[in-house]
Amino acid sequence: MMIDIVFPPGLILIVAGLLLPFVRDPYRTPLILVAPIIALLLVWLLPEGPVLTLQYLGYELVPLKVDALSRLFGTVFAIMAFAGGMFALKQARTLELASAFVYAGAALSVVFAGDLITVFIFWEVMAIASTLLIWSNGGGALAAGQRYAVIHLLGGVILMAGIAGEIATTNSIAFQAMEADTWPRWLILAGFLINAGAPPLAAWLPDAYPESSWSGMVFLSAFTTKTAVFVLLRGFPGAEILIYIGLYMVFYGIVYAILENDMRRILAYSIVNQVGFMVTGIGIGTEMALNGAAAHAFAHILYKALLLMSAGSVLYQTGKRKCTDLGGLFRTMPRTALCGIIGALSISAFPLTSGFISKSMISQGAADENMMIVWMLLAAASAGVFLHAGIKFPWFVFFQKDSGMRPSEPPRSMLLAMYILSIFCIGLGIFPGLLYALLPYPVDYVPYTGSHVVFQLQLLLFSGLAFFLLLNLLTRTLTITLDFDWFYRAFGRKLALEFDNFSIKAWSTLIASGYRAVEKFIATIYRHYGPNGILARTWPTGNMAFWTTALLAAYLLIYFL
Amino acid sequence: MNDHWLVRPDTIRMIWISSIIVLGFTVLADFVVEHHPVFGIDGTFGFGAWFGFASCLLLVTGSKAIGAILKRRDTYYDD
Repeated sequence: MMIDIVFPPGLILIVAGLLLPFVRDPYRTPLILVAPIIALLLVWLLPEGPVLTLQYLGYELVPLKVDALSRLFGTVFAIMAFAGGMFALKQARTLELASAFVYAGAALSVVFAGDLITVFIFWEVMAIASTLLIWSNGGGALAAGQRYAVIHLLGGVILMAGIAGEIATTNSIAFQAMEADTWPRWLILAGFLINAGAPPLAAWLPDAYPESSWSGMVFLSAFTTKTAVFVLLRGFPGAEILIYIGLYMVFYGIVYAILENDMRRILAYSIVNQVGFMVTGIGIGTEMALNGAAAHAFAHILYKALLLMSAGSVLYQTGKRKCTDLGGLFRTMPRTALCGIIGALSISAFPLTSGFISKSMISQGAADENMMIVWMLLAAASAGVFLHAGIKFPWFVFFQKDSGMRPSEPPRSMLLAMYILSIFCIGLGIFPGLLYALLPYPVDYVPYTGSHVVFQLQLLLFSGLAFFLLLNLLTRTLTITLDFDWFYRAFGRKLALEFDNFSIKAWSTLIASGYRAVEKFIATIYRHYGPNGILARTWPTGNMAFWTTALLAAYLLIYFL
Repeated sequence: MNDHWLVRPDTIRMIWISSIIVLGFTVLADFVVEHHPVFGIDGTFGFGAWFGFASCLLLVTGSKAIGAILKRRDTYYDD
């Protein structure tokens, strides 16, 4: 007999995060590893339905509302906090893990939120904690983190405006499926989409995430965008506009990743690309497509974390991030390379990996609805994923040329975290039923049919062929590709400098003319009252006699008139 | 040759030959496997193969074209 324990699982991680700065070894490691396990247990011990309510500002908040969807995301967030924590055990900066756990706890709280106010509160906690997580790396992360914070605070303001409008128009704070048919709801949708990495503001993600530490980006990749996927699944299933936004994100990610040189920025663009698949699925909105989006979010969190752990290990061991500096590392880091390849095969949706059993449900959703163009674009994008992440990442980092570097494997705790996620990636690929049982709708889908497996193998292997035939076009250069952030990083800066010049000029002109006026005034006074001034002269007595006579004469004259 | 066996020219040639054989088999599998095309075009012979290859060709050339306009030195924002 199961007992129901009602305690917010997110709170466990938040408390653990706040305790971490005050806990030293030998208690630190157990705290990092045990807190996520307790959170996972709590996720599964919670009964279904609204299980906790409290009064706040005259509203009845529902901080804990449990259903299959929230449990699915809660599960993967807790697993992720555990694996990320294990990977980051060697991270010496206290601030990083502390903020990572608060961040994870806030994400976990969003997925159990039953009302919009609770969503907003933890949405903002996530923004603050993730900014601190980026900042904790110091150096170049400070400026990038500031830009990140500005975009997320903007998103928060838009979301808050939407929620306030929603409460004003419907008098309800419930967080449930909505039609995007009023202004407040459009604002809520926009606030959610900013966190998903949707256009035009997607640049915050590849700008800020790669500036975090070798372990920090593992956490960042998991929570913000996937919480956004969750709230879109909960709030706007079937909103048609999401199909187009999602498809844009899918191809944006591929194009920018193809042109990118920094291995972690390649993976950052590929987050946008993968979230694009999920957003498209949410836009299609059938049970098949929504299941696919949810399943893909679950699978994606694990394989993207694995990819970033592999990249993080390389960064930790070599201190290098650019493809042009890396290459040939498979010689001395074969285990890291193997884990990276497993992650790369999963993101490419190779048969027997987790990506294969999740992404194909989204395509199936498009096929069921007879959306030919959408289906074709998703298939082309799947080929593109293999191109930009599936081969490009492992090829340029672990093979390619011999960079001459011979780094050793990372510490055991980091390898162990990668092994755990590798087992998840392959395990879910072999036993898809484990994941399908957690999905919000009943699953009537068989991924492993001869036709599907052959199609996928053809698609991916010929993409691989294209990669190696086009390798000359893909040679990495020391370049970045301009994005929308150019408007606030270059254009806006120039504008500000120009304004600065202009205002300095205006100010000095103002001051100079003020000085001139004062000088003129002083000169006038001096002319009249100075040593030679007309009013400072000594007057002769004759003068006085003359003026007195003149005055008396005038008086006489006036008297007689 | 004291370099890793995986990067020796002989090995690389073997990898190319075996890869091409595998590619051939995945296309030939279309004779054996029964597809259930939904749209028509997805029932053409070797659809996954030619569609995947063409998509990548288009994506790479398209990206290069975009890159030609938007690429900058990676110190662009630093000064």
